Amino acid sequence: MQTAKTLKEYRKELRESLDNEFLREAMDKFATAYPVSRANAFRGLDEKAMIAEVADAKDAAAKNMDALYAQFKAEAEKRGVKVHMAKDAAEANEIIARIAKNSNCKKIVKSKSMTAEETLLNHRLEDDGLEVIETDLGEWIIQLRHEGPTHMVMPAIHLSRYQVADLFSEVTKQKQEVDIQRLVKVARRELRQHFATADMGISGANFAIAESGTIGLVTNEGNARLVTTLPRVHVALCGLDKLTPSLNDALKSLRVLPRNATGQAITSYVTWITGANECKAAADEKKEMHIVFLDNGRRALAQDPLFSQVMRCVRCGACANVCPVYRLVGGHKMGHIYIGAIGLILTYFFHGKDKARNLVQNCINCESCKSICAGGIDLPRLIKEIRARLSEEDGAPVEATLLGKVLKNRKLFHTLLRFGKFAQKPVTGGTPYLRHLPQMFMKDHGFRALPAIADKAFRDEWETIRPRVSNAKLRVALFSGCVQDFVYPEQMKAAVKVLASRGVEMDFPMDQSCCGLPVQMMAERQATIDVARQNVMAFDAAKYDYILTLCASCASHLKEGYPNILAGQQDMAGKVKLFSSKIIDFSSFVHDVLGMTADDFKGKGEKVAYHSSCHLCRGLGVVEQPRALIASSGSEYCPAQEEAVCCGFGGTFSMKFPELSKELLDKKLNNAEATGATRMVADCPGCIMQIRGGAEKRGSRMRVGHIAELLAENLK
Amino acid sequence: MSATNDLARLMREKAEAVGATVVELKNLKEAFAYALDVCDKKEACQLLVSGCEEKLSDKAEALCETKQEKVVAAPNLSEDEYAAFSALCAERGVKCIREGLRGHLAGIDIGVAHADMAIAETGTCVIDSTSEELRLSSMISEIHMAILPKSRIKATAFDAEREVNALINTGTPRYTAFITGPSRTADIERVLAIGVHGPLELHILMLED
Repeated sequence: MQTAKTLKEYRKELRESLDNEFLREAMDKFATAYPVSRANAFRGLDEKAMIAEVADAKDAAAKNMDALYAQFKAEAEKRGVKVHMAKDAAEANEIIARIAKNSNCKKIVKSKSMTAEETLLNHRLEDDGLEVIETDLGEWIIQLRHEGPTHMVMPAIHLSRYQVADLFSEVTKQKQEVDIQRLVKVARRELRQHFATADMGISGANFAIAESGTIGLVTNEGNARLVTTLPRVHVALCGLDKLTPSLNDALKSLRVLPRNATGQAITSYVTWITGANECKAAADEKKEMHIVFLDNGRRALAQDPLFSQVMRCVRCGACANVCPVYRLVGGHKMGHIYIGAIGLILTYFFHGKDKARNLVQNCINCESCKSICAGGIDLPRLIKEIRARLSEEDGAPVEATLLGKVLKNRKLFHTLLRFGKFAQKPVTGGTPYLRHLPQMFMKDHGFRALPAIADKAFRDEWETIRPRVSNAKLRVALFSGCVQDFVYPEQMKAAVKVLASRGVEMDFPMDQSCCGLPVQMMAERQATIDVARQNVMAFDAAKYDYILTLCASCASHLKEGYPNILAGQQDMAGKVKLFSSKIIDFSSFVHDVLGMTADDFKGKGEKVAYHSSCHLCRGLGVVEQPRALIASSGSEYCPAQEEAVCCGFGGTFSMKFPELSKELLDKKLNNAEATGATRMVADCPGCIMQIRGGAEKRGSRMRVGHIAELLAENLK
Repeated sequence: MSATNDLARLMREKAEAVGATVVELKNLKEAFAYALDVCDKKEACQLLVSGCEEKLSDKAEALCETKQEKVVAAPNLSEDEYAAFSALCAERGVKCIREGLRGHLAGIDIGVAHADMAIAETGTCVIDSTSEELRLSSMISEIHMAILPKSRIKATAFDAEREVNALINTGTPRYTAFITGPSRTADIERVLAIGVHGPLELHILMLED
């Protein structure tokens, strides 16, 4: 559970996680094993279509939540169940405590329920003097340790077998051996007595099917079956988001949920409970059954035009499984109660902005979660939106406001950047890096060398280097982005050389400015909108076949982000649509549009590794083109481990969380160097800034640059 | 016919992939004999309810001692079938029950049940578990056996949907189970362990029909 009050406190906690060697090793193993088992589980299936079906079904159910609740209640009550509605966590807990009291229950066995974690149900019941025993193995372990879960599906993933053996030794008052198979058997035996003697069983629900008043439970251990069978009273606590009209819709989610959660085609048990079943422990041999639906903000969320998609979450935990930040810091630091990307969002809505304020900063915007979400939720976008809301509600930090103000005025921004090259003189020592940053800037940032501002910006050279082309078949406008304009103009020049070799006519509209992603990451909503308008207006998109950028982050922001950002601007509707439709990244343009092949290049056989930038491979879905181009350039492409895992830059993220950025960068460099490559290329100047800075700092023999430079050097 | 065999093959492949044992038998008579053969073979640990070999707290230890003899439960057999099966059990000195499962919460050796249908693509048995006795026998048995006529195997959950709906939505209380392999967990260090709270083994007895 994340409770730090300030970013400083939060960063201190993050450092503690980074120092936890067992956690780091366990998380690394998981992070590399999960994508393989997930891919196996989806092999031969149309994953995207399956996810889209879940999204559609859940969207429809969310819209219809009230009617589905009414139908469910009527059907379940026909079958002897009492259905309750709780407006918030406290009311849900109160209802369940009252049921326990009225039915004279003393001992309660529970199967896993994230919803009960959300309401902190156990605390309330224990305050009433009830004995509550978690029976899911992982939940039991963390209950005994008085901790919250660190994963929605594997709650005790942060603990080692040694810790569990010690814990079980305490519980049984017998020395237990450190052997997982035997520890599991100890739990089997120890918990069986509690099933046998409990008065009440509490479960969650993965589905609530309205047409039959049925709840569905998806489990592996079999404890939920005992919890819902043996005690005379059963209470199911269920979020309103679990309502679904029919078995058909439930089966659609069931096809994706276990595959996404644990790489299983289905869990060992899926249990469908309709009505108050036979129960020989009850006086009338009939179970006393209650279903408590929890609102806690869900009904309002379901009506929110943007955030209603949160209701699609099936609680598979996959957004944590693939999150590079979760991998570093674990669930106690990557969530309050709900964990991972969805956890950052749900914390804001279910547990309030005080709990969410620091957490939502801890997203590197790599889009890994979005690419695997079982409900197709645009998690990174929602996280950025929450940052913007928090910043509007609470006021933004000075640096964000300042950057926002500067970016809104393109001329001022570019003047400051030009001025930078004079101001930096004392710290570059004549090299392309900032060598002697004052201590106040360097603290925690020493893991990479930061680049200096170039002597001459690309925009200032454009008129002199611009190729004069006649009878061009293709007209392209260049969007440089700030980094390539002012820091790495040589990357732009390389691209110009490659395009010119094929007779492409190029323009560089001078009114273009920063794409605006950095201010969006810093939650400056108005500045984000203003620079988006500025850029769309700067390009007369109709004049060009393509608008080309060498920056994957810019490309993804211009193409996917702008239509959302400018959605409310009537006068921009047609313009932004046209603008975004023309955006293309460098590798796709050269490979797909120009169709350049090995015939165009003379190779030197250099060994080249590739970093697959987040916003290229996930943001734009560009995967094969750059790899094919490396090979075409006459170089030897050397595949590295985890090519598509974030390099740790994340724009402003690396400034806010340098300790996390460093860890990700180290992994990236280690994996690339292990291939024996002497050069590494990427499609994004931000990634290059990060990786090159790290390579420089550790004295790596690997050169790091843009793929355009590799191609330009090897042109025939 | 060949479609049935294709489904049976897929069912076997998927069920075995998640640790189930699949056997193909001619008829119910063979199924009963198979169940008792398995029961005989597990003799070595007959007095050990799984977990009892471990060092336990006094209270949990006490539960271990309640189990004295081998017990087989078969709550959803028809009258005739149950009569035949319990006679076979008696021959082999095994106690056969179909009710009073709550008296055996420490565990029974084998639970035998007719499956209503199966879903081949996931290796799943669908069992109407509305009877509490049947439910318990599939939960507290160390080895659970599902008798499945090959003709009852569907390709996907959606192919089974209409019939599953007929099980769960009758207007009266129902408890319906999808069972795929034995009980499992990976909650400690993500290491797979079989038999947490449910059966240690699942045997699917596929019958010609």
